Amino acid sequence: MNVHLKQFNEATRAITPDFPYRRWMQNALKGYEQTRAATESRYSDLEAARRGAAQIKWDAIEHLDTYLEEFVRNLEAHGTKVCWARDAEEARRYILDVCRKHKAKSIVKSKCMTSEEIHLNELLEAEGFEVVESDLGEFIVQLLKEPPYHFVFPAMHLKRDRISQVFHDRLGSEQSDDPEELTMIARRVLRQKYVEADIGFSGANFGIAETGMISITENEGNARLATSLPKVHIALMGIEKVIPKLEHLALFLQMLATAGTGQALSCYNSVISGPRRSDEPDGPEELHVVLLDNCRTALLADPEQRDALRCIRCGACLNTCPIFKNIGGHTYGTTYQGPIGSVITPHLRGLQEWKHLSYASSLCGACTATCPVKIDLHHHLLRNRRNAVDDAPAFSEKSMFKAFALAMRHPGLYRLAGKLARPFLWLSRPLQGTLLDPVRKWRRTRELPVPARQTFKDYWEARRK
Amino acid sequence: MRVSLFIPCFVDQFFPQIGTNIITLLEKLNHEVDYPERQTCCGQPAFNAGFCGESREAAEAFVDCFRDTQTVVVPSGSCAAMVKIHYRELFKDTDLFDTVCELGDRTWELSEFLVKVLGVTDLGARFPGRATFHDGCHGLRGLGIKESPRELLRHVRELELIEMDEAESCCGFGGTFSVKFPRISTAMAQVKCASIEETGARYVISNDPSCLLHLQGYIDRQGKPIKCLHLSEVLVRS
Repeated sequence: MNVHLKQFNEATRAITPDFPYRRWMQNALKGYEQTRAATESRYSDLEAARRGAAQIKWDAIEHLDTYLEEFVRNLEAHGTKVCWARDAEEARRYILDVCRKHKAKSIVKSKCMTSEEIHLNELLEAEGFEVVESDLGEFIVQLLKEPPYHFVFPAMHLKRDRISQVFHDRLGSEQSDDPEELTMIARRVLRQKYVEADIGFSGANFGIAETGMISITENEGNARLATSLPKVHIALMGIEKVIPKLEHLALFLQMLATAGTGQALSCYNSVISGPRRSDEPDGPEELHVVLLDNCRTALLADPEQRDALRCIRCGACLNTCPIFKNIGGHTYGTTYQGPIGSVITPHLRGLQEWKHLSYASSLCGACTATCPVKIDLHHHLLRNRRNAVDDAPAFSEKSMFKAFALAMRHPGLYRLAGKLARPFLWLSRPLQGTLLDPVRKWRRTRELPVPARQTFKDYWEARRK
Repeated sequence: MRVSLFIPCFVDQFFPQIGTNIITLLEKLNHEVDYPERQTCCGQPAFNAGFCGESREAAEAFVDCFRDTQTVVVPSGSCAAMVKIHYRELFKDTDLFDTVCELGDRTWELSEFLVKVLGVTDLGARFPGRATFHDGCHGLRGLGIKESPRELLRHVRELELIEMDEAESCCGFGGTFSVKFPRISTAMAQVKCASIEETGARYVISNDPSCLLHLQGYIDRQGKPIKCLHLSEVLVRS
C-alpha cells in the first residue's frame, strides 16, 4: 500500500472514533455556514455573481500566457523584480538568495499557502533565518510545529485551552481563557517582530495584469504590516492567480470574503503596486514577486480539468465537505486540504501516489454546489479516478468490474449471480465479526440487509404469467 | 400514459416492494406500467470506480433495453442522475450520444414524475407517525430535486413531517466508498443519525433507496428504533 494512503488511513482511524470532537468541529463550521448564508442573501443575484467570477477566471486561465506576460511587464515597469519559478526548488533558491543578499536575520511572514507548498519555512530555518508567521492562526500552528489544519483557518482545530497552554509554554504568558487576551499576547510578541524584520514575506490573492499590482486579503492587518515595514518585500504566488483587470477585484474581493469567511468584505484588502517610490514616505525599498508554476502548467494542459486553476482558495469547499468535517485537515497530508486539494494534489504531486483522495469521497457534490467560481469539483474526482484506472488499473478491481460488465450485459447471468449471492451471504453470517467475513468492511459497523425472497424480476415474471 | 419502470439492481434484489408499490400507484392513476425485462443496472458502480469502459458496456445494454420506451421512471435519484447526467459524459463523441440524450430527457425520478409530469400531489395516502426526510445527494444536487417529494408527503394524512438540520448532508454511502473507506462512511452515517434522532422521528423517508440501505444498516447495528422508508412505501399506505 502506498505510504500516503497508509498515513491517510491511520489518521482516519485516529480521528473518526472521536465523535464529540467531530461534532465540535462541525458546530464551529455551522457558525460559518450561517454567517455565510446571511451574507449571501444580501446579493441581489448570487448565481450571476458566481457565473461572472467563473467567467473572468475562465478567461484568465484560457489566456494565462498573455495575461502573465502583461502582468510581469507592468510589475517590472514599476520597479518590481520578478522571478519565474518553474518548480519549488527554483522558488526556494531565489527567495534564499534575496534573503542572503540582504544579510537578513529575521523574516516576518503573512499567511501564504504557496509557501507551505514549497516548504519554505523549513528551508529558511535550516539556513539559520528566524521566520515568524504573523497571521494569528499560522502563528499558533508554527509554535506547535504543526502544518496548517485548513488553508483558510489554519488553527481551527485548536481549542482555547490548548492555545493558552502553548502560549504559556513557548512565550511564557499567563494562562487565559479569553480570546481577546490570547490575541493580545500574540500581538505583543508580533509587533516587535515587524519592527525587527529585515524581510517581509507574503502571498498574493490576485495579480492584476493590466496594472501590475498584487492584491492581498486578510483580517488582522498583519499582512499590511509585514509588507510595508521591512525594507524588502517578497511575494510568492501561483501563476494561476492572475486576473485581467483592476475592476475585477470589485467582484472577487466580495466573493472571496463571502465564500471564505461569510464576511461581506474582509477587514483589510491591500493593493500593492511596487516598491517605495522616491516621493513616498514609507514602504519597502525592494519588491520581489515570485511566480510559481510547480506543475500548474501540467494542469493547464488538461482541457478537461484546467478549470481547477480558477480556484481562489476561499476554502468554502472544505467548510461544506462532509469528508473534511469528519476527518479534519491533517488527515489529508497535503498542503491544500478538502475537495480542491483532492482534485489538484494528484496533478501537482503524482496521480498514483495521491489518487486515494479522489476515492475518499462519496461524490455528494456539496463542494461543487458551493464553489464561488463554479469548479466542477466532484466530477473532477471522478475524472481523477478514471485517469488513475486508465493509467494503471488494479488487477483485482479490473477483474471485478469485467465480471460486473459481463453480468449486466446478460440478464440470465445477473439473475444467477443474485441467486448465488443469497446462500453466500447466509453462509457467511457466522463469520461476522471475524477477519474471515468477506463483507467485513461493511458489516463491522453496519448490518447488511437480507435479500428479498422474491426479486422484482421474479415478481414481474409471475405477474406476466 | 405508458410508463416503463427502471428497477435498479439493488432494488430488484433487496427492495422489490418499491417496484410493486410504484405499479400500484401508477395503475391507480390509470397509467399503463411496463417493465423492460432485459434491464439490469445503469452501470454507475463501475463509472464511480473509474472503470468507464466496463460502465459503458453495462450502459449500452441499458440503452438498448430502454430504446423503445415513452417515459422511464426510476425510484432512485442516484440512478436517475446516472442516466440523465453521466451518460452524456460516458457516450460523448460516440454514435449513441443523441440516443442517450433523448433517453435522459424522458427518464424521471419517481417524485419528479408524479409532481412535474403527472401534476399529482395527493395520492390519497394516510400514514400515521412522525417522519423526517433525507435528500439523496444525486437527486438533490445533481437533479435539483428538493420540493417534489416534500410536496407529496405534505399531502399524506396524519403524517407529521419534521425537517432535520442535516437533511441535505450525505449519509456516507457513496457506493464503493462505503467499503473502501468504511470508517469515514460510518462517521458520516453517525452524524446523519444524530440529526435524525434530534427530530424525534420514528421514520426516515427518502427518494433514494441506496442511502436508506446504508442508513438502515447503521441504525440497526446501533439498535435504534428508527425505520427507513422509500417514498413509495409511504404513498401507497391508506
